[in-house]
Amino acid sequence: MAKAYDAGVKEYRDMYWTPDYVPLDTDLLACFKCTGQSGVPNEEVAAAVAAESSTGTWSTVWSELLTDLEYYKGRAYRIEDVPGDNESFYAFIAYPIDLFEEGSVVNVLTSLVGNVFGFKALKHLRLEDIRFPIAYIKTCGGPPAGIQVERDRLNKYGRPMLGATIKPKLGLSAKNYGRAVYECLRGGLDMTKDDENVNSQPFMRWRDRFEFVGEAIQKAEQETGERKGHYLNVTAATPEEMYKRAEFAKEVGSPILMHDFLTGGFTANTGLANWCRENGMLLHIHRAMHAVIDRHPKHGIHFRVLAKCLRLSGGDHLHTGTVVGKLEGDRNSTLGFVDQLRESYVPEDRSRGVFFDQDWGSLPGVFAVASGGIHVWHMPALVTIFGDDSMLQFGGGTQGHPWGNAAGAAANRVALEASVKARNEGREIEKEARDILTEAARHSPELAIAMETWKEIKFEFETVDKLDVA
Amino acid sequence: MSTNEVGDYQTAQTLETFGFLPKLSQDEVYEQIAYLIAQGWTPAIEHEHPSKSTDHYWTMWKLPFFGEQNLDRVVEELESCRRSYPDHHVRLIGYDNYTQSQGVCFVVYEGRG
Repeated sequence: MAKAYDAGVKEYRDMYWTPDYVPLDTDLLACFKCTGQSGVPNEEVAAAVAAESSTGTWSTVWSELLTDLEYYKGRAYRIEDVPGDNESFYAFIAYPIDLFEEGSVVNVLTSLVGNVFGFKALKHLRLEDIRFPIAYIKTCGGPPAGIQVERDRLNKYGRPMLGATIKPKLGLSAKNYGRAVYECLRGGLDMTKDDENVNSQPFMRWRDRFEFVGEAIQKAEQETGERKGHYLNVTAATPEEMYKRAEFAKEVGSPILMHDFLTGGFTANTGLANWCRENGMLLHIHRAMHAVIDRHPKHGIHFRVLAKCLRLSGGDHLHTGTVVGKLEGDRNSTLGFVDQLRESYVPEDRSRGVFFDQDWGSLPGVFAVASGGIHVWHMPALVTIFGDDSMLQFGGGTQGHPWGNAAGAAANRVALEASVKARNEGREIEKEARDILTEAARHSPELAIAMETWKEIKFEFETVDKLDVA
Repeated sequence: MSTNEVGDYQTAQTLETFGFLPKLSQDEVYEQIAYLIAQGWTPAIEHEHPSKSTDHYWTMWKLPFFGEQNLDRVVEELESCRRSYPDHHVRLIGYDNYTQSQGVCFVVYEGRG
């Protein structure tokens, strides 16, 4: 095998290793972290990745001569050492824009993370980042509404929004589930969320859930005078079923839907985003399966790439991890892809794992969603890390309150507003967290009890996927 | 307070941001005005009868105070709006022309209705 393989690699390098190439503004650029089989030079591995993710195949074929492969081929134009790692290196590859169908992240990913990931010359391969040219971004629909429109529709300004995933995540009847939603919303949450596992199981069929939740939203809005919502999960076995549920969610008066973009797939996601745009609905995006793809530091796809693809495919909220809660997430790396969701231009910044300048043009921004194992004590840190354009979701941290969901919701809302107020006053709220919360709890027994309940809970484990530093 | 006793949480009519905090003191309002001006936002004032508080549009008090850097001027306008419409809610807004959104928005005076 080694001999035949060697011959093949030589051919790749001859055609696909072009260190003098200056990428065009219209090129799609990618950075891969490559770990080759031992003895294979880096340039050859990089060229092989370029070839196998674009025009190349293992053998020359006569029909190549009927086209201009020099125009269509991907080019490995740079390799770099990975700091603190002797085994791997970064390969930078430029792809001409005409390799990809307009408005299709499906097509982009099928090329970039297709067959090449099973290539035998590689031990591991990880797609670290993609620079989408503005010309390509202009062909994508993006978020159905975006941050600015969502704030205007829901009348929420100057603070992060507050949510919760309804628990227990499986097993509640539709009516009892709607009760849990109503209690959270009347207590001061802006929105609640279906758990990702909730689709339409025997214990609670989707139509029943939607009806009761619709009533819960309306009642909470009337009683509080604030705008409310619940992400009705329309992720389903088929697109037809998904659209049917989306139509009914609109009918019961929910302002927002929910979809799982990785298990549901980008095709379904892009279609649903288009439907939402046409129907004035917001779209919350969950990311089940992401850790399968993005957690291994040497293989797979970094979440920053999945986040960029989601912004192109369409979604108004995307889960990003919490940094401080129960789920994996390095702070700088998280801030790096949170920028990709919300900003109109993100400059290269290796300290945040951002490998390219990225111009998003006029594509609307996506709210960053922090969810998983967070409670009132985390609030000042969350406000500091995620800023106003975020959705902070406290599931157990709301519904685990000794007085129930409404009191738990109020506790979180008080903590949130006290943190925002203190931040605006110029206080260092992460450092002064204890003082700020203690002060706020003096006029909120709900918060005082929440602080007592969760005072000892921490999730301090080492992050598995760290940024590459020496 | 014992955590074994379950309290009764009564639903509150609230007015979005800062609706769950005690009424802000004059000094606290002043600090929020300082913050919004320091962000480069434009202060603006709106008022509305409580029966219509859920409408998107409240009535503007004059025009947004473009370029205003004097905190006291904003406080004066808040007070004169309240004197003119004592039954109305009065809210302070910081218009962010970069995001085309509102960087802050909260009710300073609650109307008696």
